[in-house]
Amino acid sequence: MNDLPMLNYDVVVIGGGPAGMAAAVRAKELGLKVLLLDDNDYLGGILPQCIHPGFGLHYFKEELTGPEFAARFAKRLVELGVDYRTAARVLEIKNYSDLEKVVVFSSPSGAYQVWTKTIIYAAGARERHAFEIGIVGDRGAGIYTAGEAQTLMDIYGVMLGKEIVIVGSGDVGLIMARRFALEGAKVKAVIELMPYPGGLARNIMILRDFDIPLYLSHKVVEVRGKERVERVKIVKVDENLREIPGTEFWIEADTLIISAGLVPSVKLLTAIGVEIDPTTGGPVVNDLFETSVPGIFAAGNSVIINDLVDYVAEQGELAAEGAKLFIDNEGIPTRRWIKLEKGENVRLLVPHYLSGERDVWIYARVSKPMENVEVRFPEIGKKLRLPVVKPAEMLRMKLRKEEIAKARDGITMEVVPL
Amino acid sequence: MKKTYRFTCIVCPLGCALEVEVENGKIGEIKGYTCPRGKEWAIEEVTNPKRVVMSVIKVRNGALPTVSVKTAEPVPKEKIPELMEFLSKLEVEAPVEISQVIAEWEGVKIVATRGA
Ligand code: SF4
Repeated sequence: MNDLPMLNYDVVVIGGGPAGMAAAVRAKELGLKVLLLDDNDYLGGILPQCIHPGFGLHYFKEELTGPEFAARFAKRLVELGVDYRTAARVLEIKNYSDLEKVVVFSSPSGAYQVWTKTIIYAAGARERHAFEIGIVGDRGAGIYTAGEAQTLMDIYGVMLGKEIVIVGSGDVGLIMARRFALEGAKVKAVIELMPYPGGLARNIMILRDFDIPLYLSHKVVEVRGKERVERVKIVKVDENLREIPGTEFWIEADTLIISAGLVPSVKLLTAIGVEIDPTTGGPVVNDLFETSVPGIFAAGNSVIINDLVDYVAEQGELAAEGAKLFIDNEGIPTRRWIKLEKGENVRLLVPHYLSGERDVWIYARVSKPMENVEVRFPEIGKKLRLPVVKPAEMLRMKLRKEEIAKARDGITMEVVPL
Repeated sequence: MKKTYRFTCIVCPLGCALEVEVENGKIGEIKGYTCPRGKEWAIEEVTNPKRVVMSVIKVRNGALPTVSVKTAEPVPKEKIPELMEFLSKLEVEAPVEISQVIAEWEGVKIVATRGA
């Protein structure tokens, strides 16, 4: 390993999606020497395949498609002269000391080791697959995750099937339902385990646009078809998500699309002992998105699954500001860390630790939908009324520095009915 | 004949549950909106629903085999299958620049949303 060509940077950004690109741009603006690495052949992460609109409303104050959003960031990156490598696969991260880390990567021009002071990990998420959600049966052709289907159809132009069943009513599943329907396929059903739809309202509208039946409180349990998918078995579930015997029925279909949610990709982080929050699946982070290993920052969907790209980019920028502060002070300066705790009806919450040195955006998801609620932070006396909360929609709210200062050691967030 | 349409307003994140009554082609009572923008959208949604359409079209000799496109403005919902048919027959030669107008269909520009 030691004979690999050696590069030297202040910050290495791993991942060229919206979090990584935003981090690299900001870090460069702050005067840091930045290298961005991505294993795809092109920059943008999954954005180039997300050809629908809904991107950048907060960030650019304009509604863009995924490829357009990606192109704007890529342009900034190039204009600023950020060093980047595509088709570059990170093999290992080594953490020698707070200001000495090594990233080893392979690329078409060979393998390299990069000495760097900080790392911003923005590798995104992976999709949950059929076997992870308990679907049994044959393994014929015609089973794809929603993201795979999207890559194949919208990057490579391959049509995947004629009669489609989609598992999961999250945004990606619904968006792919529309893509299939527009391309002339028959979307026979969207099957949702929970008693409520998983996607944003504007995507639920797709079901009405194309007369697609949505089965709530149902799950796909079996898929049959030796060569290719022929039919799938569906069963109703009760409030505890247990299958109700006698409710089984079959739908004939040649294609099964799994849209069962995303899981942060954290393999390289766990390998160096970064602490993971089991509820988000991503690293435990402080208010600059620094992980439990000093100088290693994370951002975007590798920390928490976001529903807006704008938040992902925002987290990337924050991590870059963290890297700058870290390098200037040889560590993040703070007097204490205040733990942010989950209270009633809060399922996920980041960041986990606040310094009280700055205002922070907190990102949270509720466990169950509720109307007419109050979001409370009892220790600091902050309250906020909201007409509705849904698990599908992330809550993002600001805690101001002065508010955080009122806490002794912890702040709880709870969402309670009024 | 009276018909009630129920849908969620998507104009802002509040997502009000809208209800529009239509009797013999005339708009009747509209319920559930919280602001005038929602009301306006509800009327348009039942009388003349429109959507921006996105798709991909084939590219010859490009870095990727497709380029993503969108209509420059929303098109009437019932005309979407016709538009998709038109798009499925299009093919362009690389290079394609982002924002380039690739074709025009019934006065609506088809714009590239990716380079290729
Ligand atoms: S009716 Fe008004 S407030 Fe309600 S969702 Fe629509 S735009 Fe928002």
